[in-house]
Amino acid sequence: MSSPDLIAFAGAIARGRIEVIDLTHTLTPEFPTIVMPPELGQCAPFRMEEVSRYDERGPAWYWNNISMGEHTGTHFDAPIHWISGKDLPSSSVDTIPAADFIAAAAVIDISAQSAANPDYELTVADVEGWEGRHGRIPPRSWVLLRTDWSKRSGRDYVNMREDGQHSPGPGPEVVRFLVEERDVLGFGTETIGTDAGQAFHFNPPYPAHYYMHGKGRYGLQCLANLDLLPPTGAVILAAPLKIRKGSGSPLRVLALVQRGEKPA
Amino acid sequence: MTEPLARPKRKNPLKKTRVPMLPQGTRSRTALGLTASAAEGRFRLQVCGDCAMVVYPPRDACPRCLSPRLPYQDVANGGTLLAETTIRTSTDVYFRERMPWRIGTVALDCGPSVVAHLHGDLREGERVRLQFKLDKSGQAIAMALPTADTPNMADDPQWRELTSDPKYRRVLITDGRTAVGQALAKSLSEAGASVVFVGIADPWKPFPGEECLRKIERVEIVALDLTDTTSVNECAGEYAARVDILINTAEHVRTGGIIERKGLTIAREELEIRYLGLMRLAQAFGPVLRARGADGINSAAAFVNLLSVYALSNWPAYGAFSATEAACLSAAQSLRAELRHGGVRVLNVFFGPLETEWYQTVPPPKVPPATLAREVVRALQQGLEDLFVGDVADDIRARLAVSPKALERELGS
Repeated sequence: MSSPDLIAFAGAIARGRIEVIDLTHTLTPEFPTIVMPPELGQCAPFRMEEVSRYDERGPAWYWNNISMGEHTGTHFDAPIHWISGKDLPSSSVDTIPAADFIAAAAVIDISAQSAANPDYELTVADVEGWEGRHGRIPPRSWVLLRTDWSKRSGRDYVNMREDGQHSPGPGPEVVRFLVEERDVLGFGTETIGTDAGQAFHFNPPYPAHYYMHGKGRYGLQCLANLDLLPPTGAVILAAPLKIRKGSGSPLRVLALVQRGEKPA
Repeated sequence: MTEPLARPKRKNPLKKTRVPMLPQGTRSRTALGLTASAAEGRFRLQVCGDCAMVVYPPRDACPRCLSPRLPYQDVANGGTLLAETTIRTSTDVYFRERMPWRIGTVALDCGPSVVAHLHGDLREGERVRLQFKLDKSGQAIAMALPTADTPNMADDPQWRELTSDPKYRRVLITDGRTAVGQALAKSLSEAGASVVFVGIADPWKPFPGEECLRKIERVEIVALDLTDTTSVNECAGEYAARVDILINTAEHVRTGGIIERKGLTIAREELEIRYLGLMRLAQAFGPVLRARGADGINSAAAFVNLLSVYALSNWPAYGAFSATEAACLSAAQSLRAELRHGGVRVLNVFFGPLETEWYQTVPPPKVPPATLAREVVRALQQGLEDLFVGDVADDIRARLAVSPKALERELGS
């Protein structure tokens, strides 16, 4: 028996009353990956080898072999990615409940602060200020941090200096607040990681990874087009590849937005 | 005096590119001993193990005492030019488009007389230095030079045909992030290369020496990532027709043997950067290099591989690294055979630990990058095919020649 709600939903998408916004960067070899000190293991960048292109290697078909790390391009972080989440149940991409891949999003805009200070740290006060304008963050929703970082490219995007990367992200306190006080599903950013560029020096280091994954929450990073989303009301589809014991995966992230809702 | 080379004009796009032809390239197995000497720029002839006669041309038995013991040995290369002649016409397809060509008879002080190619500054009756050089077919020929260097000596057309001189040539250095890549950019610019393209991967990642590199005269930075087939193909698409000498400076030096390494991540990176990187370069640039081996003064001349001397025998302290280098050496041998059809030389440069951060824990002697760069330029100017730089490389090579098994044990102890 068909569900009238779902059919209406599909119809709304088909008629454009619900807009589908792609929050994904194209996977290219040039897209930066996170940088570790050179003596440590590195995340593999995206690579593509042509298998055939209507030629002697395969006359009627074109296809490629691709390779990359689990954390390359726009990607999903599973709780098992971090040491704090290593012993949780259902913590790898293949075992996460599928229902978690569809959820509402609260979009917090700190693009102005980030433009002024590339090391800007999101605070509890920022979140409470946002809630004062848009209402309390509903439980089990994504919090997406709009910084407009995705509009940068190359050196400006990575912003690597002698003392490491400089890009905005959450401070330790606000991550705990979002997990413990707001029960969020996960945290998403436009930067290379969910944490700030300098988060190695925070206490604990990489708090978005440490607290989110420690409590079984997820991460999304290298997102794009967050400026096209309303502060509330968008629904995110973010389903990682089903990799056995995978710690994350590149994925297509889509946002469903009711037409007419204004961006933040 | 040699007429100095004029800077080559830009190519006339209406003119057909000359197809590379090769001089006669068949040699007996015994005569290949001369090729081995020429490859390294040594002057060796057969010396009879029984009567000590110095023998030329190569033979299987001593013409004086019929002894079959005729090992190659280093001998003095001084001699006198007895007679010279200028060839003005030939039915040989290689030489007929390079006429006139001077040859002469040199009486060597050590005994034999040799028919040799003549440098333009030599006259009949003069003292000469005789050298064995590799010609375009990759085989040894004898070339007589004045005893002392003369002005613009390297610009002599018959000499330049035998060398890969970077002067007025366009060079691609594949990785400018390394100390060796940067030292080479400087050395090649100073050696008169008309442009030095320097490849940089991940331009979003700053690197030490970047400012100095950009300031070197005639250096142009290009996007090139040897681990990315698309990037290599795009770089070749844009620049291959303007690359006469390609120097692969990509390196990935990590310690650890085969067991010691946990997992394959680093091994894969090594193979991607070094072995597959070499294959990508060969596939993208090789066909164009091979087609341009006779394209005037700035013809395609050389493909240079920088190899650890531990490609020849594994050093287990850097065991997985050595294995990758061995793969690169093997690929370079194939590449050499494939590029030879186009008269393009493959120069393999072997060296021990470098004075760089990745060999931090290794005691001296270590090769400073500037020394390596200087030696590579000299090898190109001399037209060499195999070059050993530094004490460690010389030592490994000498021990390998005596006993590969002993060397294996020594390196593994």
